[in-house]
Amino acid sequence: MKELTYTVAAREALDEEMARDPRIFVMGEGIGKRGGNFNTTLGLYEKYGPLRLCDTPIAERGFIGLAVGAAMSGSIPVIDFMMVDFILDAMGEIINQMAKMQYMSSGRLRMPMVLRGCIGIGGAAATHHSGSYYSIFSNIPGLRVIVPTTPADVKGMFRTALRGNDPVIMLEHKNLLSNKGLVPDEDYTTPFGQARIARAGKHVTAVGVALTVQKCVQAAEVLAKQGIEVEVIDPRSTSPLDIATILQSVKKTGRLMIVDDAFEPCGFGAEVSAQVGAHGFDDLDAPIRRLSGAFAPTPYSPPLEQEIVPSVETITKALYDLVKE
Amino acid sequence: MEKDTGLLLYRNMLLIRMSEERLAQSRQAGLVHGACHTYVGEEAVATGVCAHLNQDDMVFSTHRGHGHALAKGVSPFEVMAELYGRETGCSHGRGGSMHLFKPEVGLMGTSGIVGPCILQAAGAGYTFKLLGKPNVAVAFFGDGASNNGAFHEGVNLAAIYKLPVLFVCENNLYATEVPSSYSSGNPDIYQRAIGYGIPGVKVDGNDAWEMFLAAGEAVRRARAGEGPTLIEAKTYRTRAHSEGMRDVGYRTQEEVESWKARDPIKMLRDRLLRDHTADEDDIDNVHNEVTARVTDDHQRAADSPWPKGSDALSHVYFEGA
Repeated sequence: MKELTYTVAAREALDEEMARDPRIFVMGEGIGKRGGNFNTTLGLYEKYGPLRLCDTPIAERGFIGLAVGAAMSGSIPVIDFMMVDFILDAMGEIINQMAKMQYMSSGRLRMPMVLRGCIGIGGAAATHHSGSYYSIFSNIPGLRVIVPTTPADVKGMFRTALRGNDPVIMLEHKNLLSNKGLVPDEDYTTPFGQARIARAGKHVTAVGVALTVQKCVQAAEVLAKQGIEVEVIDPRSTSPLDIATILQSVKKTGRLMIVDDAFEPCGFGAEVSAQVGAHGFDDLDAPIRRLSGAFAPTPYSPPLEQEIVPSVETITKALYDLVKE
Repeated sequence: MEKDTGLLLYRNMLLIRMSEERLAQSRQAGLVHGACHTYVGEEAVATGVCAHLNQDDMVFSTHRGHGHALAKGVSPFEVMAELYGRETGCSHGRGGSMHLFKPEVGLMGTSGIVGPCILQAAGAGYTFKLLGKPNVAVAFFGDGASNNGAFHEGVNLAAIYKLPVLFVCENNLYATEVPSSYSSGNPDIYQRAIGYGIPGVKVDGNDAWEMFLAAGEAVRRARAGEGPTLIEAKTYRTRAHSEGMRDVGYRTQEEVESWKARDPIKMLRDRLLRDHTADEDDIDNVHNEVTARVTDDHQRAADSPWPKGSDALSHVYFEGA
C-alpha cells in the first residue's frame, strides 16, 4: 500500500492502462503538454505523445461526438472534460448516441469510453463550474455513472471503466481531488454497483454521494460522541446502484437519510427512497429523509454558496432529528 | 470508363432505386411500420463514393440512409426486413428506416438525429490514425446538417488532426421542407471548406461518373494521410421527404420534373450507351438481375419472423463477446 492523492491515484490508473492498451487515448482542453487543468494527465504527454494525449478546441459536442465514433470503430477514448457543466453541450451525443449505440447495433458495436471530470459545489466556482448531474445521467439506460470518493476507489473504478465495454461517466468531486488515502500496489479493479460501508453503525443509515459521503462520516464522528452510531454508505456508482447494501443497512438501523449535493426533485435521493420504500418498508421505523442541494442555480459569494449545500452541521442535526423521530 | 466500373455503378444505383420503390409500395401495403425516407434521385452519390470503399472502411449516415446501407453492402433483404420490423433485419428490428446498422460491412449506422454522423466519422478517422489502419471513414449528410453545429465542430476537428475522412454533403436543396437557399448564408456548402483549410469540391450529384471521380480523389487523399475532403453533391430527392407525407407547398412540380429529367440512372445509362462502354443487352441483363434480386429479397423479408418481445431488453449494456 502507498499513500496517494485522489488525483494521482486516478492518473496512475490512466497511465498504467495506457501502457497496457494502445487503443486508449485522451481528449480534452489542455490535457496535452499542459497536463490537464487538474493535473489529470501530468507527465503523460511526454510518455505517450500527441495522438494519445490529444488537445482539443473548445468544442465539447464535437469531441464527445468524435469519441463516440472512435469507440464505435475500435479505440478507447477518455474524455477529460474538466467540469461536468461543459459537457451539457454534448447531451445529444451522450444520450442519443453514446448511450444507445450498443442497443441500436444489437450488441455488435461496443462502446468502451470514459467521460471523466469534476462535479461539485465549492470554491466560489459559481453556477457554470459547480454542477453535479449524476441524477440526470443515471436516468439514461446504457450509461454507467460512477462517483468514486477515495483514492483507492478512483483508481480501481477507473481501471474497471477502461477495461470494460460500456460508456462510463466518471464524476470526481473537486473537493476530493487532494484527499490522500492508501492505495494497493497490486493490479486491482473495483467493480461498479457495489457500495462501500464508509463507516459502520446501527442507529441510522446515511447514504451520501461523492463529497457528502465524507461529510456524513464527519457528522457520524460528531454524533458518535453522543452515543449515536451512524452507518454511512458510499454507493460508489449511481448507475448501477447497489440497493441491496442500502436495504441491508436499513434492516439493521430502521432509519434512512440520503444526503447529496444535487437537486432533489426526481433525483438520486428520490430513487433510493422509492426503492427502499418498495423493498424495505417493513424495516423502516421512521419516514425516509432527504437532504439535498437547494433547487437553485449555484451562487458565487461564499455566504450564498454555503447556504445551498448540506454541511456537516446540517447533516449532523438532520441525522440527530431522524434518530429521535 | 471501364465497362466493369460503369456497370457496377449502374447496377448499384438500380439496386437502390428498385429497393426504394419496393419499400414505398410496401409502406402503402402496411409492411413498413414507421418512417420511410427514400433516397430516390440521389443514388449516384452513395454509389459513386462507396465504389471506392473496402468492407473495413466505415460509413456513417443520416435519416435518409437506405441508399448508403445498400451501397456499402447491406443486402436489400436486410434493409427491407428491418423496415418490416423483422428479426432478420440488419438491426434485428430495433431500428427501422432511420437506424440501420451493419458494422460487419462497415455500415456504422444511419441516424434519426441530423449531425452526429459527421462527428462519428471523424472519430472513426481518429481510430484509423491512432491504430495505424489504412482505412477511411465517410459521413453522408444533407444540406440541413451543414447548418448544424456538428458540421462545424466535426469538420474542423478532422481538419486539425488531418483525419482520413470524406464529408459528403448531399445538397438536395431542402432540409425536410425548408430551402437551403433560405437557411444558409451561402448555399454553396463546398466553399465552407476554405474556412477549415481543407479541399472543398462541388460535384454534380446526379452524375455517377463525376461522383465516382471526385470521391476517388478524396479517398486517395485520405488514404495517403493528406486529410479530409468536403464534397458537396448537388442533387435532389424526387419523392416526398418521407413516404406518405404531403409533398406540396414548398417546391413546384416544374422543379421536381426538371430534376427527374436529370435522373441519375438514366444519365449513366445514356453515357454508357453513348460511349459504347456497354450495350443495350448489358443494361437489360442488369435490369433483369436487379429486378429478380429485389423481388426475391422483398418476399423473403416479408416472410421473415418477428423478433421475440422477450429480446427487447437485451444489449442495453455489454453482454459478453
